[in-house]
Amino acid sequence: MTVVEKRSIQGKEKPKFVLNENLQALVLFLVSLVIFLLFWELGAKFKLFAKGFPTASLTIQELWYWVTHPFYNNGPNDLGIGWNLLVSLRRVAIGYTIASLIAVPLGILIGIYPVAAKAFNPYFQLLKPVSPLAWLPLGLYLFRDSEVTGIFIIAIASIWPTLINTAFGVAGVSQEYLDVAKTLGASRLRTIFKVIIPAALPNIISGLRISMGISWLVIVAAEMLLGTGLGYFIWNEWNNLYIPNIIVAIFIIGVVGIVLDQIFAYLEKLVSFGKKA
Amino acid sequence: MNLSLSSETFVNNQHQNSAQISLRHVSKVFPGRKGFLNNITGQATSDYVALEDINLDIEHNTFVCIIGPSGCGKSTLLNIIGGLSSASSGSVTMNGQAIEQPGPDRGMVFQNYALMPWMTVEGNIRFAVETVYPKLSAIERKRVVKEHIQLVGLTGAESKRPHEISGGMKQRVGIARALAINPQILLMDEPFGALDALTRGFLQDEIERIWEQERKTAIMITHSIEEALLLSDRIIMMTKGPAAKIDEILDVPFPRPRDRIQVEKHPAYLGLKQEMEDHLYRETRAVEEARLGN
Repeated sequence: MTVVEKRSIQGKEKPKFVLNENLQALVLFLVSLVIFLLFWELGAKFKLFAKGFPTASLTIQELWYWVTHPFYNNGPNDLGIGWNLLVSLRRVAIGYTIASLIAVPLGILIGIYPVAAKAFNPYFQLLKPVSPLAWLPLGLYLFRDSEVTGIFIIAIASIWPTLINTAFGVAGVSQEYLDVAKTLGASRLRTIFKVIIPAALPNIISGLRISMGISWLVIVAAEMLLGTGLGYFIWNEWNNLYIPNIIVAIFIIGVVGIVLDQIFAYLEKLVSFGKKA
Repeated sequence: MNLSLSSETFVNNQHQNSAQISLRHVSKVFPGRKGFLNNITGQATSDYVALEDINLDIEHNTFVCIIGPSGCGKSTLLNIIGGLSSASSGSVTMNGQAIEQPGPDRGMVFQNYALMPWMTVEGNIRFAVETVYPKLSAIERKRVVKEHIQLVGLTGAESKRPHEISGGMKQRVGIARALAINPQILLMDEPFGALDALTRGFLQDEIERIWEQERKTAIMITHSIEEALLLSDRIIMMTKGPAAKIDEILDVPFPRPRDRIQVEKHPAYLGLKQEMEDHLYRETRAVEEARLGN
């Protein structure tokens, strides 16, 4: 009762100042951002943090520099961040594509045949929790090439979520859809392509989304040990002991991660057809 | 009274060959969990007899409703005729041929519509036509799809997806999809069970109208006495499960085409309704008592 009364009173007294939720969130975000940057700036100026920690203004200047000069080339240890970003993205694209091309068909097969799911489950369960970086020495030994090893790491890290989600989605296709196909006398192949795969598509896409997130997490870590790319950029700046650039790189990695994730969020929406993704 | 009792009708029909669908001594047993391991872990269950010794003949071009208390195996019976489930014993034949698997000679309408959410209204119907008649020319296929969209009154909604239309419209698509493959028999498992009362009445009238046009053999499961009386030529009343049987088959004598109000004014209407109410009340009470007894 009191809540209702309060609302109506507020609504009557000052309807002009009532912001909707999104606007409220935006204001809160901006206020918190200003407070955070002020705290950072003052904290660094008055040496509250570690010795030599960069101020917010310096870091933002550096960010502006890197964003406005993305593609220059002064040798391997002084590359524009755009080049490094492209290197990282290319590795992710190749490794992720290879992983998806294996994971989706294999997941469909495993989902269709419960025996296969049971038989191969131990592999997935054992390999899924292994940190991708644990494969690094093995990859370097097998391929003797840092580029291929990077791709290998991405592939092996991003294969599991897609595989498991695809198999889960295919195995969980509603019996009703299968009954419809059966009563129409649809062939096995037609049922798979026209019913099972479209029905499992939301699960497949969310698997691909998780895999993409993991790829992007792993590439940065792997590249610290490999030689080029955003991960190497951070490692290089650490060796130069120039902290502002490390913070800039973290920010850029985050932004790219958001973009990649949103692409898949859009795809998920596209195949959800009224169900909440 | 215009009631004619099932057992007599059944005996008369048994020696004729006019029946389109024929069930003889059909039983369905769902096997329980057995074996040493299940016995030890206490997970063993005994067999469940869903249907016992069902004998039934359904003639060409009749509309048959199956009514009975919930859990009496109505759906199991329909699935056996549809070929989605198989009888544990006995024979199920259609035009003298044993039914072993589902097929497009039987069109199914599902309670929860079972429309593919990624296909449009038109796409759902086209999928069925394409599957059953892969050699049909594109023009012919288009014509069949369009004709059935018109038949169920969905013109204008062709390119909508199932989540964009109401439950009543969804079931119209389900009915159009089942009819578009030109089946010999229409099987409907509580097609209006998920709809509100108004939509339900509206769709019943539609089914009556469509049935007068097509006159296909139809078997429909329902919980509604009025629905059964409005639509069917014969009403099969089943006893409660487990081991459900056919208790009685009522002939519905109302003239066709039918109209809700005329049907209710027919002299036999109240008697039939009373009979069905008594049956359902008795069986449902028995179900409740059996539950309390456990």
